[in-house]
Amino acid sequence: MRITTFQELEEVCLNRNKNIYEVMMTSETQSGENTEYHTRLQATRSLFAMNNAINVGLKSTETSISGMSGDNCAKLQENFGKNKSLFTPTLQKIMTYALAISEENVRMGTIVACPTAGSCGIVPSVIISYAQDNNISQDEQINALITAGAIGKIVALKLPLAGAVGGCQAECGVASAMASGALTQMRGGNVSQIINSVGLALKNILGLTCDPVCGLVEIPCIKRNAFFAIHAVTASELAMADIVSMIPTDEIVDAMAQTAQLMSPLLKESAKGGLAKTKTAIELERNKSMV
Amino acid sequence: MSNPTIIDIISPIMAGPSSSHTAGAVRLGLLARNVYNSNFDKVVFKLYNSYAQTGKGHGTDKGLLAGVLGFNVDDIRIKNIFDTPEAKKIKYVFEFLEVFNRHPNAVDIIFDGDLHLEISGNSIGAGEIEITGINDYQIKIDGKYNTLLLIYGDEPGVISHVTKIIQENEVNIAFLHCCRNSSGEDASMTVCLDGELSNDQLKRISKLNDMYIIRYIKKLES
Repeated sequence: MRITTFQELEEVCLNRNKNIYEVMMTSETQSGENTEYHTRLQATRSLFAMNNAINVGLKSTETSISGMSGDNCAKLQENFGKNKSLFTPTLQKIMTYALAISEENVRMGTIVACPTAGSCGIVPSVIISYAQDNNISQDEQINALITAGAIGKIVALKLPLAGAVGGCQAECGVASAMASGALTQMRGGNVSQIINSVGLALKNILGLTCDPVCGLVEIPCIKRNAFFAIHAVTASELAMADIVSMIPTDEIVDAMAQTAQLMSPLLKESAKGGLAKTKTAIELERNKSMV
Repeated sequence: MSNPTIIDIISPIMAGPSSSHTAGAVRLGLLARNVYNSNFDKVVFKLYNSYAQTGKGHGTDKGLLAGVLGFNVDDIRIKNIFDTPEAKKIKYVFEFLEVFNRHPNAVDIIFDGDLHLEISGNSIGAGEIEITGINDYQIKIDGKYNTLLLIYGDEPGVISHVTKIIQENEVNIAFLHCCRNSSGEDASMTVCLDGELSNDQLKRISKLNDMYIIRYIKKLES
């Protein structure tokens, strides 16, 4: 059976006593969309590429083509090494990895669009940091990544995951929900808790616009990846405490799709409003020969 | 991508920073290369609208060139493509234009070499692309299927002749699209295939009456 809503997904998982990644792979196999073999193969390759992006990004301070960014990750690592942080080591790692990958992205390094290039730091930083610090096997990380993909897929049925259509709620927002679901699964959360964590994360990003300075995937995208990686952890914590969203996850996705339609085109990746048209952004635009 | 798979959401592995402006550009270059499918020594790229305004900052120019040279979206050489031996062997020019009636992420790729071919395409989001024109003919190819493209003189029976030759090797037709401006003039046929055509089949199709352009366009890998 083809699963198109989180409610259906939850029911099928509970009825068959299966995990989200199992049910969704079976569903795709039955509908002829993909085989379980191919999905696991791509997830394995993507996870490998995500680890590579982290390793390369952690060591680099090379600037982006525009020259506007490239050293945030180095600065954060230095400060975590020197000064006391309020964050646990795992949370520090999540932030650091999110910046490492996002900065690698603007350097034209190799990353995994998950779900998009602009939001590429969120899912891997959460999955890989948690896995490293909690002895999570590669197989379980792959299962978590497939669950993340399944979450993105169900959202994408109602709203294309592109800033030009849905604003940043459809990019970093959905990435945060995917990461939250993956994390909740790795922590041993049940299917209802995973789907609730998705709803909690999405509910908090409704209306997030896409207004990048100079039209480039840099300001505010890079720092936003670090923010929304941590945001995913918050949603997972709430879900693990069985704090349930009063609005079901499917209805939140509906609200998100409606919000996307109501959002002005000036705030959807056109660089014609919001942050992109601030005084400083206009000056940056004037000074950049490459845009 | 209205009905994406799990794989679509957790891929592609690509050179950053943008799926539409970088990975999409590479894929447009790759598909144009497959359409051209001959030796070339010069390429002109005309970038329009958002591709023109933010192309350099997103490495769209590098992506397009890497694509026509046959590099895949995840190739680490894309970043420094202008310095590669492959790029130094050919001449290339980028033009940045504003044209209202073109797609926000449109490009024309004009090859010169064994033949002269002007190929137009758009990057339509999430790395998905479409080739929309060859020379002055309007077509639509997305790179998901091996595709036979024919421009020919409109007359009765052409479709039947072509599909008969395709069917001989048990090759299934996934989609077939025909178009013409007016009766008896040039017509176009786009045939998306589940399998592969042999050189012999292509040769025989090319020998049918009034075939002006015949291109066999291999699908993109991802």
